[in-house]
Amino acid sequence: MSEKPLPIVEFRSVSLRYGEVWALRNVSFALLPGETRIILGAAGSGKTTLLKAVIGLVRVDQGTITLFGKEVTALKENELFALRGQAGIVLQEGGLFDSLSIGENVEYPLLNQQTTEARVKSPPRSGSFEERVRETLRFVELEHTFDKFPSEVSGGMRRRVGIARAIVTEPPLVLYDSPTAGLDPITANTIMALIAKERDLTNTAALIVTHRYQDGEMMANFRYDAAKEELVELSEEEQQSTARIRTRFMVMKEGEIVFFGTRQELESSDDEYVKRFVRHEA
Amino acid sequence: MLRFLTSLIASFQEFLVLAGQAFLNIFRRPHYADDVLLQMDIIGIGSIPITCLTGFFSGAIIALQMSRALNSYGAGSQVGAIVAITLVRELGPVLTALLVAGRNASGIASELGSMKVTEQIDAMRALGTNPTQKLVTPRLIATAIMLPCLTVVADAIGLFGAYLVSVPLLHVMSGVTYWSTSWRALALNDLVQGLVKPFLFGILIALVGCFYGLRTKGGTQGVGHATTQAVVAASIWIFFVTFLIDKIFANE
Repeated sequence: MSEKPLPIVEFRSVSLRYGEVWALRNVSFALLPGETRIILGAAGSGKTTLLKAVIGLVRVDQGTITLFGKEVTALKENELFALRGQAGIVLQEGGLFDSLSIGENVEYPLLNQQTTEARVKSPPRSGSFEERVRETLRFVELEHTFDKFPSEVSGGMRRRVGIARAIVTEPPLVLYDSPTAGLDPITANTIMALIAKERDLTNTAALIVTHRYQDGEMMANFRYDAAKEELVELSEEEQQSTARIRTRFMVMKEGEIVFFGTRQELESSDDEYVKRFVRHEA
Repeated sequence: MLRFLTSLIASFQEFLVLAGQAFLNIFRRPHYADDVLLQMDIIGIGSIPITCLTGFFSGAIIALQMSRALNSYGAGSQVGAIVAITLVRELGPVLTALLVAGRNASGIASELGSMKVTEQIDAMRALGTNPTQKLVTPRLIATAIMLPCLTVVADAIGLFGAYLVSVPLLHVMSGVTYWSTSWRALALNDLVQGLVKPFLFGILIALVGCFYGLRTKGGTQGVGHATTQAVVAASIWIFFVTFLIDKIFANE
């Protein structure tokens, strides 16, 4: 038992109601360091609310949520800012600051961390932030946009800038809110490949909200090969071995988690609602 | 009617909460000194040309009107004194504040309003920044410091405008008489009042601008609405506070 790492995120019987509608209903789960969790569900099933509740952007009615060992539900808004700065988040539409250049957008979390001194662990590397920002933009293959403004680049590029901004501080947890929503399949795949690459190079835990099953499939079946510098598909054997499985799925319906398990379990599920997300091609 | 009153009281309560947080943040870490300086530049330095113009013409106009009226009583030499008192006590602070309200309360409301409707404020919270600390407090500090400075500039230029009208233009009195009478007319009470007012107006303009900006709803139209509301509310507050301060100082 003592070897088991502490969860990065833990929900215990969390509920939230908006009038008669349940946004979250008795939600319990834990995410361990380095794990990837794909959250599937219909629109309005509570996926985004769950993601926002992790960092206290949405306050819940009941239950406890812990993030990095701190109880989010017991903290006041003022005390939450430092904690939020420790996790990376990619918002649905990118959420970039349109008055700042792309370079400044990516630099923002670093400056914020410096101002709030949120994290004691991993202090900024020596040298200016610019090098680090350029390095992160290079990671998402957008270094040439450093001086551009978000309005000057395409939607897919903005999403990639959002990812760069979320990972620039090398957080142990990144939250992705529909990172591929509204993008064409090719761009969506590029984005998911980046997320997989980020996960495998830095062993980051990730909570990914999506409505595309392919996104989750990609996270579960592929890993980034640093030597080849590309994504490689896991062998059948690797996909089956439970010890190696670090990507699990949760399906949400009307605020409840109606399914939790691996890709194989998800694909063999008999539940009509769950099946919709597996078979349905976006 | 009851609903209108309730919403009015609720808004005022929200305003007070925002004001309280913004003030507390002045003493709380982190401090965004860069943002304060940037806002001082936008609000203070940026408003100098328009403040100078307004100051100059209000001084000149008061001198024109007063010299005609006072000459008919043979009291033309009092123009300097009247201009000084009117400008320093009332018109300097109020006109400057109204201009800055038009220029900056609207600017603040539209900037924060656009950020609100495009979910940049939420993004800021998600990235671990307190929006009140990062956006409201720097604007509050900057406006509260810069508005008194702008008022002093407006007063000085206004007195100069009045000098140009009453001495070289109308030859009502000599330059020396003008400056000595206007200087002697000012009591400590006038100067204090002339600085306390813009300080309070500055606080109000920044807070009103931020308040309407941060509660913007409903897209581009909402931003326009917030901007208009901010200017109207700030202007009303300016007149109301002037009245209150005049009442307090007049009773002394």
